[in-house]
Amino acid sequence: MSTAERTAVTATRTRGLRRILRPRARLWLGTLAAALILFVVAPAALSGYQFGLLAQFLCYAMVAVGIGLAWGQGGMLTLGQGLFFGIGGYAMAMHLQLDDAGPGGVPAFMSLYGSGTVPAWWEPFRDPWITIGTIILLPAALAALLGYAIFARRVRGAYFAILSQALVAAFAILLIGQQASTGGSTGLSNFRGFFGYSLADPLNQRLLFFLAAGTLIGMVLLVRLLMRSRYGELLVATRDQEMRVRFLGYNPALVKTVAFVVSSVFAAVGGALFVPIAGIISPSDVAVVPSIMFVAGVAIGGRATLLGPVLGSLALSWVGAQLQDNYPSVWSYFQGALFVLVLGFLPQGFATLGGVLRRRKGDSR
Amino acid sequence: MTTTRPLALEVTGLRVEFDGFVAVRDVDLTVPAGELRFLIGPNGAGKTTVIDALTGLVRGTGTARFDGHELLGRPVHRLVRAGIGRTFQTASVFEGHTVLQNLDIAAGLHRRPTTLLRRRRGVPEEVLRALDTVGLDDLADRPAGELAHGQKQWLEIGMLLVQDARLLLLDEPVAGMSGEERAATGELLRRISRDRTVVVVEHDMEFLRNYADTVTVMHRGSILAEGGVDEVQSDPRVIEVYLGAPLDAPTATATARATGRETR
Ligand SMILES: Nc1ncnc2c1ncn2[C@@H]1O[C@H](COP(=O)(O)OP(=O)(O)OP(=O)(O)O)[C@@H](O)[C@H]1O
Ligand SMILES: [Mg+2]
Repeated sequence: MSTAERTAVTATRTRGLRRILRPRARLWLGTLAAALILFVVAPAALSGYQFGLLAQFLCYAMVAVGIGLAWGQGGMLTLGQGLFFGIGGYAMAMHLQLDDAGPGGVPAFMSLYGSGTVPAWWEPFRDPWITIGTIILLPAALAALLGYAIFARRVRGAYFAILSQALVAAFAILLIGQQASTGGSTGLSNFRGFFGYSLADPLNQRLLFFLAAGTLIGMVLLVRLLMRSRYGELLVATRDQEMRVRFLGYNPALVKTVAFVVSSVFAAVGGALFVPIAGIISPSDVAVVPSIMFVAGVAIGGRATLLGPVLGSLALSWVGAQLQDNYPSVWSYFQGALFVLVLGFLPQGFATLGGVLRRRKGDSR
Repeated sequence: MTTTRPLALEVTGLRVEFDGFVAVRDVDLTVPAGELRFLIGPNGAGKTTVIDALTGLVRGTGTARFDGHELLGRPVHRLVRAGIGRTFQTASVFEGHTVLQNLDIAAGLHRRPTTLLRRRRGVPEEVLRALDTVGLDDLADRPAGELAHGQKQWLEIGMLLVQDARLLLLDEPVAGMSGEERAATGELLRRISRDRTVVVVEHDMEFLRNYADTVTVMHRGSILAEGGVDEVQSDPRVIEVYLGAPLDAPTATATARATGRETR
């Protein structure tokens, strides 16, 4: 072994040691910092309006965390997470509407647009537990079926992206077409309560924010767990060399489906929490454009890293809201420019900036 | 892992067609247990296609039995679970993962799915043994992408060992290797073929002479000759397909081709 080689091996060893010591500390510090920011700093520093906005962004970030897993780790570029966000959101919205209407009551919009009777498929959503079960299980089952069928046919890359986008487009069209039962293009809104708590009460709004913040942190921690598990290693291996994984006796379609299911459930939970926070869910919240926006945040932040998707999504939402308020006409151009710039210079997103700079420095030395 | 009786591979009437083009026809091939069999033949003879058919990558007709299992027409991951393992002409390890992670993923086949959710703690026994067998102990923590070409091939063979393949189909494992690496690989193949059935596609005559038990020659999709290295080398039909030249001559081109592919 040459000296250079030996140094390299030693370097790997020390890096190995650091890998054992540091993650633990980083985990605790990171979680603590996130909790501090979200549970202490944000409520104190932000105005009521900003606080409400951030709560919405936390819900979008949940979708982003899931996309980070499916796309960043698993290589599945899903442009259709609005489908799952929408299922979660609409399930929650239906429950809130029925809850507001009281036992046996009819949501107001139904009398306005429809026959004035509650459709049979709405009835189960009167029950809070059935609603919560649906928010989690329906997207999981749908993602499992769709995912396995798609991945087993070895649909990958751009084909998968297009397929997922077509699905969400169809979903939005379906929602718009069923005005009597889904509120059509205006969607469902004007919710008064959330599982018995008044949504008008600022304290409850704060609690909702905390619920979203806690859920988001939990999701990031779960993804971290998955990334560091053997499954995480296998998922990345499947992303990089699907054929080889198959020749090791695994079924790559199954490996990918698991990540897709987790990511879809995250999106659905994000949608469900979005509804009481934003006070509305409509086809424009779940259609093609928001589905692409979810992915844009992940791409800008850094899809293959743990924190890239969540931070990228939050940052993009925040900047977007500022610009949209102040310069509504240029916002979409800015967004496109940002996307092109970041991905042109940092194809793996902002999270890789440090590494890229370090390599630059190393090269110039 | 190494105590079970090795098993024979029996192929009869194997045929593979691509849109009307018959790439492999009437191939009968019996590889007794514990043998190191070499499969040679000019470019496009169908060697890779035979391996592809036996490992479920392309559809073949006929029969191919190993350990009482019919191999043809079964999905890849089932075949792997039945003990069939292969490597590819171009090394295909997981470049972003360390050597250890590569082997650990290969070992996952024999673990319960629930173990996937846990972190890897320590190094599994069979991974340690494979690291030792293929001589990559010192590089265990190195990303596989940083390995030299020869080391990648050894890692691939190591992965077949941890997945406990009983039939190993290796597609040009020593192509592009240095003389030293070739010798090391030859010894490695010798060692692992003792209790497994191993089929190696290779062109290099020197290498064949040193390590082959038996050689099967393919030409235009069928089997042309079979026997010991000397026997095959003096077979007039074999000499003819190698352009009338003695067998050592095309070896040079074959090696050059393989090297070219590797450095591409
Ligand atoms: N997927 C495919 N579709 C169409 N034809 C194919 C396909 N794969 C291989 N062939 C053809 O089948 C024949 C046999 O190819 P094969 O790769 O098995 O040859 P080989 O003996 O491995 O050659 P080499 O020494 O160059 O690796 C060739 O004529 C090749 O062009
Ligand atoms: Mg070949």
